[in-house]
Amino acid sequence: MDTMKNLLVILITAILTNNFILNKFLGICPFLGVSKKLDSSVGMSVAVIFVMLMSTAVTWPIQIYLLDPYNLGYLQTVIFILIIAALVQLIETILKKFIPSLHQALGVYLPLITTNCAVLGVTILNITEKYSFGEAMVNSLGAGLGFMLAMVLFSGVRSRAESESIPACFKGMPITLVAASIVAVAFMGFSGVVDGLFK
Amino acid sequence: MFGNYILPILIIAGAGLLCGVVLVIASKFMAVKVDERYTKLRGALPGVNCGACGFSGCDQYAKALNEDPNVKTNLCVPGADAVSQEISTILGVEFADVEEQYAIVKCGGNCHVTEYIMEYEGPQTCEACNAFYQGRRQCSHACLGYGDCVAVCKYDAIHIVDGVAYVDKNKCVGCGMCAKKCPNALIQIIDARSHVYVGCSSHDKGAYTRKVCKAGCIGCRKCEKTCPSGAITVTDNLAAVDPSKCTNCGACVAECPTGAIKSHLPA
Repeated sequence: MDTMKNLLVILITAILTNNFILNKFLGICPFLGVSKKLDSSVGMSVAVIFVMLMSTAVTWPIQIYLLDPYNLGYLQTVIFILIIAALVQLIETILKKFIPSLHQALGVYLPLITTNCAVLGVTILNITEKYSFGEAMVNSLGAGLGFMLAMVLFSGVRSRAESESIPACFKGMPITLVAASIVAVAFMGFSGVVDGLFK
Repeated sequence: MFGNYILPILIIAGAGLLCGVVLVIASKFMAVKVDERYTKLRGALPGVNCGACGFSGCDQYAKALNEDPNVKTNLCVPGADAVSQEISTILGVEFADVEEQYAIVKCGGNCHVTEYIMEYEGPQTCEACNAFYQGRRQCSHACLGYGDCVAVCKYDAIHIVDGVAYVDKNKCVGCGMCAKKCPNALIQIIDARSHVYVGCSSHDKGAYTRKVCKAGCIGCRKCEKTCPSGAITVTDNLAAVDPSKCTNCGACVAECPTGAIKSHLPA
């Protein structure tokens, strides 16, 4: 029961309170680049969730069983980037061969994710938070879902902003950044929610 | 020595080597064969994905060309003869001429001849403006002037001039993206050889059309009587040019009392 509760706390914390985009400011590039339309933001988010889970599943054992025993923690960043980049490439090749339709849907976004700091961030945070393997996976799932939530919400905000008559000096990126900051402020309202939920 | 220097190097090099080997193996075993001819065909097409060929995009047209020998090679209107020539060479079939087309705007209601009836402040697109009491102009058939057509044009061939869309015939390739976008269906794609067209879409009665717009077709039938080849007919208060009969003589253009009939003939 306690472990279930613990996992649930990690999941909801990762989605709402510690939202990767709006609280940790990781993965801002796809957040601003791909959130113009709802369907592309959903496609990007699904790809991110997928890659986050896969890369956590690979990097966590590497850290625990290869780097930690030899005191090589400082290699973490280099190794993780290497592994994630290779993994994304491998996933792309596999998808292209076996699930072409999914490849067509995610294909554009996969190379973008290779160097996405949110993916690297979640794998490194899993280690620094000293999560067990299960907790790390749940945290990655939560981070991915939080990413999706922020992307979907923000694509709605953007499509509204696009159809309004905005002053010329604010058109495009300025209004997008202003809107992003307001959405981020709104997410700060979640800060006490998790503690309240599991009192 | 070993633990501090050599092991990290070995781990990094090993991980890199392992990743590389796995990727090489994967790319060998999971390679998806792409037909060389398809790649060439796709490269020959302009990649605008306009749909003028009748397929949903350049990818699909190239695929159809590659697989089905009955698919015509002259369907790419934006690419015109050059693309048709290239496709024919790749497929080894006889060259077929592309019937070139261009877009015309069937509205001449610019800010000099008609007026706005409201200060519209909603979403700045034709589509939204048209949904709001049929647009901001006096004439409900008029060009809305927010440039939905300008936004979709990949060739910079259509612009809003004095509040009305205006096609640059030299740049227009006749892909038809703008025609699909216009909420009032004012844009028509016609054969590039016909130079005369009616620049009005109003089926309202002549007196009313005249009241709301100085450049509208009032259905007076002067052009119908003037045309030596019988190419113009007036139905429901609106003249229409039959391109198959029109000889581009320009008699109707001179005769039209409101200037609704327009031409690309050299003056």
